[in-house]
Amino acid sequence: MNALGGQIVNLFAAGLLLIAFAMLSQRRIVALINLFALQGLALVGSTATVAFVTGQHHLYYSAGITFALKVVVLPVILHRLIRRLNVKWDVETLINIPTLMLVGIVLVVFAFNLAIPISEFSQSMARGTLGIALACVLLSFLMMITRSKAVPQVIGFLAMENGLFFAATSATYGMPMVVELGIALDVLVGMVILGVFLFQIREQFDSLDIRHLESLKED
Amino acid sequence: MDVVVLLLAIPLAGGAFLWAWGERDSAPEANCAFSFATLAAAAWLTAMVEQDGPILGFFEQFFVDSLNVFLVALTAFVGFTTSLFSRPYMRIERDHGRMTGPRLRLYHSMYQVFMFTMLLALTTNNLGILWVAMEAATLATVLLVSVYRTPAALEAAWKYFILCGVGIAQALFGTILLYFAAERVLGREGSALLWTHLDLVKGLLNPAILSLAFVFLLVGYGTKVGLVPLHNWLPDAHAEGPTPISAVLSGLLLNVALYSVIRCKVLADGALGSRFAGNMMMGFGLLSVVVAAFFLSRQRDIKRMFAYSSIEHMGLMTFAFGMGGPIANFAGLLHMTVHSLVKSAIFFAVGHAAQKAGTQVMEEIRGLLKVSPRVGWGLMIGSLAILGMPPFGVFASEFLILTTAMREHAWATPILLAALGVAFAAVFARVQPMVFGDTSHARLKHQPALAPVFIHLGIGLMLGLYIPPYLATWYAQAAKLLG
Repeated sequence: MNALGGQIVNLFAAGLLLIAFAMLSQRRIVALINLFALQGLALVGSTATVAFVTGQHHLYYSAGITFALKVVVLPVILHRLIRRLNVKWDVETLINIPTLMLVGIVLVVFAFNLAIPISEFSQSMARGTLGIALACVLLSFLMMITRSKAVPQVIGFLAMENGLFFAATSATYGMPMVVELGIALDVLVGMVILGVFLFQIREQFDSLDIRHLESLKED
Repeated sequence: MDVVVLLLAIPLAGGAFLWAWGERDSAPEANCAFSFATLAAAAWLTAMVEQDGPILGFFEQFFVDSLNVFLVALTAFVGFTTSLFSRPYMRIERDHGRMTGPRLRLYHSMYQVFMFTMLLALTTNNLGILWVAMEAATLATVLLVSVYRTPAALEAAWKYFILCGVGIAQALFGTILLYFAAERVLGREGSALLWTHLDLVKGLLNPAILSLAFVFLLVGYGTKVGLVPLHNWLPDAHAEGPTPISAVLSGLLLNVALYSVIRCKVLADGALGSRFAGNMMMGFGLLSVVVAAFFLSRQRDIKRMFAYSSIEHMGLMTFAFGMGGPIANFAGLLHMTVHSLVKSAIFFAVGHAAQKAGTQVMEEIRGLLKVSPRVGWGLMIGSLAILGMPPFGVFASEFLILTTAMREHAWATPILLAALGVAFAAVFARVQPMVFGDTSHARLKHQPALAPVFIHLGIGLMLGLYIPPYLATWYAQAAKLLG
């Protein structure tokens, strides 16, 4: 049972990593949001599996919150936002996608290496998960760096949060409940503020291309 | 224990009340009243800790010892004086058409919410809640940085949001790793993130995990401290936001972020038994001091210049806490206090000067002594104080830091001295013509309300000449806690 549980969590973890790569290569914003929702779903699956296998009941609540927030609420907000801002066009990446994929692979290798000494101490069922979580965080980071539009950057930011949450649930069986609630609240409030903020940017620049936002620097 | 809840409830209620109170004319006074009530609660809490020692309250979720109680008092005090300064300042901004009714409502409400998040971050015993509060502090201030809605302000706020968001995400990963190490010792109860519990078992935490966790925590919270090379958001956010917000960002937020780092350092030191954490902090600190000092001379915008000066001073404090030991920690805590007071005083004076001149470009601000002697002297004395001229508190703390560095890390002393010299030349050369230069501007009609400036500078001066014995024992206790 435990071995099977570990295998299932590993499967979800692999799914998470695969989706992170898919997001890295995706040009269309709508598809990006759907991928983000799918990643949330994989997170819910792994959290629920860990909860079932270990009998940690608070993880069920955590899975519930993740489902509500990352599979339903945030994608709906994002879809609405792009409809109202009317930004469905394809986004070009700053580096071409095959190069980006290669850089991504290097990052995954780096993340696994970094996590090796820690995974050895892990008593939890899936040892590779911490490395995968760190890889997801780094890939989302890479995605943020290589996009020049505001909305894909925001999605990258949220995907990074997914990677962190996965680290919390799979490696440590979840943070204390009060902390998870606080993090969820912060993400939600942050999303609302970002929404307001994107409208302000568009009002000012008539565009959401953040290359407009490059005047403040040291010369 | 009840006092801690009261201390947090007042600004939270203030935020809700000021949002409901809306655009009424008396909102600034209400803001001051709430800030004053917070200060009173903080004073009460301080008195209690002074009398009975550390307080642990509300299911161990809050912990106040001599290290954070002085930061609580400082935060509440600067929060109150800044609200006093912001009352007339923001009215003039509204009369100039830069602020509107709805924006003022947002401003006042978020000011109180920001104070709440700062105090929560300081008093919480739970490292997870500490993270939540730091993130909430970013969220509360991001719309304040963009409140003028100019292209530059929007850009600054976007940078602030994304960079601090990414930075703080690293801190969350560090917190998760810390929890991962702690639950193996403390079990899977909720107590595994409570600092007091972690402190008791820090020697048993796994060193390999803790060293990685500390790197992530330092990078994460270090972004908010403004450590080079993670400092890019800081000058923009300070320059483009309203001046009272620059004052509280510099005077409070950076302190609280550094406080988070040193709380984590105590745990890392205990687990590693080596100087790893201290060396990392010394490296980042030294780099920040040097880079910021050289950027100082290239600035044209007055608020940007003082923002770089904040980076320099935060770097100096990080360096001091990195060295560790009773004297360096004492100096770091003293520097934290005087830097908060003096830097916020400078921002108050700068606010009036820039408001009168209608620009933040330093070449166009001239003859402040003729326009308004109070603003001129405030800026001059404040600048001398922050540059570490002898009678002021900054001199005392910098002197202690430098002498400790000479004794323990002699190689760092010339670098620090050179950087401080460069900073002195850069800032003084800019401030001198602004204060004493010639101007065609008319004398300021109203007397600027600058009581907060001189109160802050007065305390900064006093701390340089004479540290009251209870304050000295208090600092010494806190310094001992840090090891």
